[in-house]
Amino acid sequence: MRRAIPWSSARAQEIIEANLSLDGPALPILHALQKEFGYIDREAVPLIAQALNLSRAEIHGVVSFYHDFREAPPGRHVLKLCRAEACQSMGADALADKARENLRVGWGETTADGRLTLEPVFCLGLCACAPAAMLDGRVFGGLDQGRLSALIDQARRP
Amino acid sequence: MTRPRIFVPRDAGALSLGSDEVERAIIAAERKLGLNVEIVRTGSRGLFWLEPMIEIETAEGRIAYGPVKSGDVEGLFAANWLDGGPHQLRLGRPEDIPFLKRQTRFTFARCGIVDRLSLADYRALGGLRGLERALSLGQATIVEEVTKSGLRGRGGAGFPTGIKWRTTAEAQAAQKYVVCNADEGDSGTYADRMIMEGDPFCLLEGMAIAGIAVGATKGFVYIRSEYPNAIEILRRAIEIGRAENMLGTGIAGSAHDFDIEIRVGAGAYVCGEETALLDSLEGKRGQVRAKPPLPAHKGAFGQPTVVNNVISLATVPAILAGGADAYRDLGYGRSRGTMPIQIAGNAKYRGLFEAAFGLTLGDIVDDIGGGTASGRPVRAVQVGGPLGAYFPRALFDTPFDYEAFTAKNGLIGHGGVVVFDDTVDMARQARFAMEFCSIESCGKCTPCRIGSTRGVEVIDRIVKGERRAENLTLLQELCETMRFGSLCALGGFVPFPVTSAITHFPEDFGGAPLGGAVAA
Repeated sequence: MRRAIPWSSARAQEIIEANLSLDGPALPILHALQKEFGYIDREAVPLIAQALNLSRAEIHGVVSFYHDFREAPPGRHVLKLCRAEACQSMGADALADKARENLRVGWGETTADGRLTLEPVFCLGLCACAPAAMLDGRVFGGLDQGRLSALIDQARRP
Repeated sequence: MTRPRIFVPRDAGALSLGSDEVERAIIAAERKLGLNVEIVRTGSRGLFWLEPMIEIETAEGRIAYGPVKSGDVEGLFAANWLDGGPHQLRLGRPEDIPFLKRQTRFTFARCGIVDRLSLADYRALGGLRGLERALSLGQATIVEEVTKSGLRGRGGAGFPTGIKWRTTAEAQAAQKYVVCNADEGDSGTYADRMIMEGDPFCLLEGMAIAGIAVGATKGFVYIRSEYPNAIEILRRAIEIGRAENMLGTGIAGSAHDFDIEIRVGAGAYVCGEETALLDSLEGKRGQVRAKPPLPAHKGAFGQPTVVNNVISLATVPAILAGGADAYRDLGYGRSRGTMPIQIAGNAKYRGLFEAAFGLTLGDIVDDIGGGTASGRPVRAVQVGGPLGAYFPRALFDTPFDYEAFTAKNGLIGHGGVVVFDDTVDMARQARFAMEFCSIESCGKCTPCRIGSTRGVEVIDRIVKGERRAENLTLLQELCETMRFGSLCALGGFVPFPVTSAITHFPEDFGGAPLGGAVAA
């Protein structure tokens, strides 16, 4: 995965301006900012609000509405475990419980070493390959305890 | 001599099971053996228990091998798989595999076969004929054809597509839009993802036909962020479509302009509801709008807009190419044509099964799906995603059709069938339905926003045995309020999984079992 760069309001301003010609540019801007910085910095909110002639409250409302947008930087890797029904039917709950226990994190939290953020996801469309997960945008299906542990170990390696 | 062709799926399902690793192993083996093969990346045929399923072009047609692991590749070359040689993973001709042989592949005719990013290949397999015929028919006749075909919205609501199109076509505005709803969030469904990854031009062609029919020059695909592979393929397909005049100015040599832009969602389930999707597309919180006005009159950016599901749009080219009658002749009752049924979860044969409406749920689960993957008895089947009812074996005679499922207090939704074995705890599933609704509620209406949280609490009390009878009554009343008082299907349909679990599996809520009988 391409590493996120540290927050820079000048760079954010460039990203915002590059998307202004789109119809309804708020979501494309937020996605582009998160891709660049790994999260939506607080300082981005007034910048977007000004560019779109909206209130800060409205932009904050959009950022906080969508599960994808993080308000703090994630760990070096992001693991999304599917929690939806098809994966549940193949034992996803037990896998998730074990992962949270081993990593000592709750949903949306990052391990103490900063290497891995664990997020829930409700369906990756891999319902015939359950249980499924996504690590930094790569998909993994047919998981069991062993395969998931191997994936986590690999991601946490320095 | 032509190079031997090997077809390797790059569908996300196949990728999740290692198809990229298999491709790398093929390339390594090819070098080692001094061969020169051509690898064609396709979508998936949809037989996921056999993925990665690799196909070889031989003198007797394509021969499939699967499930292939990267470690099997050297052995497959040694077994002379390039000539279809015998091997324990050899499956024979894919068309002869019973799961595929029994299907009626209409919308998915090319999926898993076609080189997904070759417009020439797409055309060679019948693509673009629908668009060409549409251009010769003109606006009103296209709408008439789609209406006559009986096609209904495959997103879940089942609204007749032709009527939606006519309403938008009749609306007067300088700018109209076609919006493809690719926010396929229902667990158990993956048909949209498969077609976008396996036959993306089919969707683009359907959108272009819709654009001509309603007089729209611009289309948006609103696709969920959980589908990065589909997003990438669709982006590339749109670029190719523009370069080859399938999209853009004067499409296919006609006077019509039509271009498509991709918009990526941000992880909100409710944005699959069409009005929430439109608000999200406009850059707002994805909150549900009250109807009227209908999107057909006042949709994206306040303009008349057709909002259709991926499968509805991807089915249009074949309807136009083959004529409305051929499609309408398939099906059952008022559900015409085919439905891509997605068999998921704990099923032995998991995959996409496209068939005319009318199979019974039992056919799908026991016969086609082969029972559970775990080998344990099937206890419950959730049909239609997180807002769909749980069906017990006693209702397996229900035919797969919009009206029949509604009559049994369920829905077919987008066609997902999730199989659970006898280890499932139905109280836990009911609780999850309410929890999911509380996580995903857009917050606009009170029954959904507050009701879902209260629902979780009441189920917790029932499970703990606190005043069980009273709390069960309270839960039923809450479900009633949510069903009739919510603004959209999220709060309105979440009572389906909850009440079906209580009705059909009372023993999981501390009640007496039904003893095989169905409660009236």
